Amino acid sequence: MSDLLRLATAGSVDDGKSTLVGRLLYDTKSVLADQLDAVTRASVDKGLSTPDLSLLVDGLRSEREQGITIDVAYRYFGTPKRSFVLADTPGHVQYTRNTVTGASTAQLGVLLVDARNGVVEQTRRHATVLALLGVPRLVLAVNKIDLVGYDQSAFELIAKEFAAYAAALGYTDEAVTTIPVSALVGDNVAESSANTPWYTGPTLLRHLESVPIATDPHDAPFRFPVQYVIRPRTPEFPDYRGYAGQVASGTATVGDRVTVASNGATSTITAIDTYDGPLHSAATGRSVTVRLADEIDISRGDLIAAEPDAPQPSTEIEATLCWLAEKELRPGARLLVKHGTKTTQAMLGELTARFDEQSLSCVDAPENLSLNEIGQVRLRVAEPLPVDDYRTDPRNGSFILIDAGDGSTLAAGLVGSPLRALTSATGADTDVSPGP
Amino acid sequence: MTTETIEEGKIIDEDAPVVADNIEALESEAIHIFREVAGEFDRPVILFSGGKDSTVLLHLAIKAFWPAPVPFPLLHVDTGHNFPEVLEFRDRMVDRHGLRLVVAKVQDYIDDGRLSERPDGTRNPLQTVPLLDAINENRFDAVFGGGRRDEERARAKERIFSLRNAFGQWEPRRQRPELWNLYNGRHSAGEHVRVFPLSNWTEADVWRYIEREDIELPSIYFAHTREVFARDGMWLTAGPWGGPREGETVHRKQVRYRTVGDGSCTGAVESGADDVASVIAEVSASRLTERGATRADDRISESAMEDRKREGYF
Repeated sequence: MSDLLRLATAGSVDDGKSTLVGRLLYDTKSVLADQLDAVTRASVDKGLSTPDLSLLVDGLRSEREQGITIDVAYRYFGTPKRSFVLADTPGHVQYTRNTVTGASTAQLGVLLVDARNGVVEQTRRHATVLALLGVPRLVLAVNKIDLVGYDQSAFELIAKEFAAYAAALGYTDEAVTTIPVSALVGDNVAESSANTPWYTGPTLLRHLESVPIATDPHDAPFRFPVQYVIRPRTPEFPDYRGYAGQVASGTATVGDRVTVASNGATSTITAIDTYDGPLHSAATGRSVTVRLADEIDISRGDLIAAEPDAPQPSTEIEATLCWLAEKELRPGARLLVKHGTKTTQAMLGELTARFDEQSLSCVDAPENLSLNEIGQVRLRVAEPLPVDDYRTDPRNGSFILIDAGDGSTLAAGLVGSPLRALTSATGADTDVSPGP
Repeated sequence: MTTETIEEGKIIDEDAPVVADNIEALESEAIHIFREVAGEFDRPVILFSGGKDSTVLLHLAIKAFWPAPVPFPLLHVDTGHNFPEVLEFRDRMVDRHGLRLVVAKVQDYIDDGRLSERPDGTRNPLQTVPLLDAINENRFDAVFGGGRRDEERARAKERIFSLRNAFGQWEPRRQRPELWNLYNGRHSAGEHVRVFPLSNWTEADVWRYIEREDIELPSIYFAHTREVFARDGMWLTAGPWGGPREGETVHRKQVRYRTVGDGSCTGAVESGADDVASVIAEVSASRLTERGATRADDRISESAMEDRKREGYF
């Protein structure tokens, strides 16, 4: 039985990311003959002698014309051991927006650097965003290793520099793997390369196949946002009342004591239902329908949580925001917040810090946040929200901000202050661990 | 930690405390998406062609709301060039699950002159207008489709919740970032959202799920003997959509269909795969994508799918 690894890739312009992704698809035979034919034809039209594998992944016409990637694209490939969902995030245009989107669902991040340039500012920014979002593992693919003559010392210099930076971001040695590759030629992507005899580690694909999958914390307390109340009112099920949702964290087990966050009522789980039959327990990520012993007023937007480990609903929320909209965010702004299955009104109370990506540190009390900036804020919300800290429970510690007028998604929100933790780590003071 | 499943009175121990199995994770994700839409929209509808992806979609919807019935109707855009086996299957599913079916007919538009037949006789591109009219007339605000991101390069950039303007158009540069599993379904009057619960599934996942869940499909997905003629490198079936033309010879072949679409442009592949297991074996060995192999409408140009999505196609 194969399992599923969700990963995100990030790199600067011209690091060869599309080629690497194209190479992974090609080498895992996830590219079929007609797709390859189309790419070969297009490559010939462009005057190339070998198929340009990056054309496999550049999806929109303007991307192919400009030779750049604009939007996050999702790729699917697999080996007998594992299936992969890869969020391919562009490196330059709106990199925060794209990297945050890709990282929000990723269990592993692949960063690309050009072996000739090594770790550049963009690499550090991408790594910082991945760390901020809590992506548990990183791979640094040192690409174009052929263009430095497969030079071991060049590789080791880059690996060492990156390891130091990743450690400052809170990553352990074990969580970071650096691999010399040539996406163009195929060195160490799926096949071990004879050109790098000094490299004894796994190929990129082997690593992706075998790395332990970090899942959302299932040892965290149980959190279950109610999506929908199921009341069939049919002759067969006249009095059935079940709460449908997906286990956001922890495990639900029949007999567990639970609290309804909005009103503090407590009860006991009497049944965990699925179409395929009842379960004794349901793990993180499982979509189920829960029934409780007591008749309690519960509707969409409520959170059923472990008793006594339920989060305290609050109308004041401290959070790190990744601002993804063209318009600037200023104190006093009125917004909508969606947390779990609840949407309510919010007002920006205070902007306490902005991330400065040049110095990788925080600027205090900025006037505004503009597109692709990351900041620390205080939000006031109309209805109390039962949030957890993002770093202990990413699912129940995340939210999005929505424009009440045009409905667009404005920001990704991380409850608590992961930004502060990160910047104090990347600065001189390293005793605060962001704990990805 | 041990998870126990109670099944027909037996308790089965499962060792995985976390949803890690690929198919189970995809199923839970799809069910979550169905429930989000049911919770946030007033008038959702499932696009149902009788094809394997929309049949899997319906199966997931049934599972998402059980023991209550599916809380929304089905919408079929009928090109008038359907395979009879598929129409029969569609009606049987509607009956079996007590669903409501809305049919938008391309033929009605041709009969009264709102649309005209294309020179090549293909009706797939003609579906867009009846689809959008049906969405407007019924005030559907969320439209579930069986689209998958592995199907085609432009679809790889599609969101799970895809906002469409009053003309049903997809604007790649206006897409909302989609974070965690927090979907944003806000839309203005006249706009609607296309929702793709199978976004992260591959063709192989769909087939493995059909096998695992024992999902019934129209018979034309499995090997059968049929009179076909060759056109544009595909085996087409004779029918009211035209053909065989002069110079096109009819052969009796053992074939099956990999997709179910408009009869004029959906080709069969030669195959002896007469059950799900042998179809899976065949699909894993295939060197062609399902669309590239059997859909003339996707072969028109490099950007055929992107163009049609911009025009309001699925």
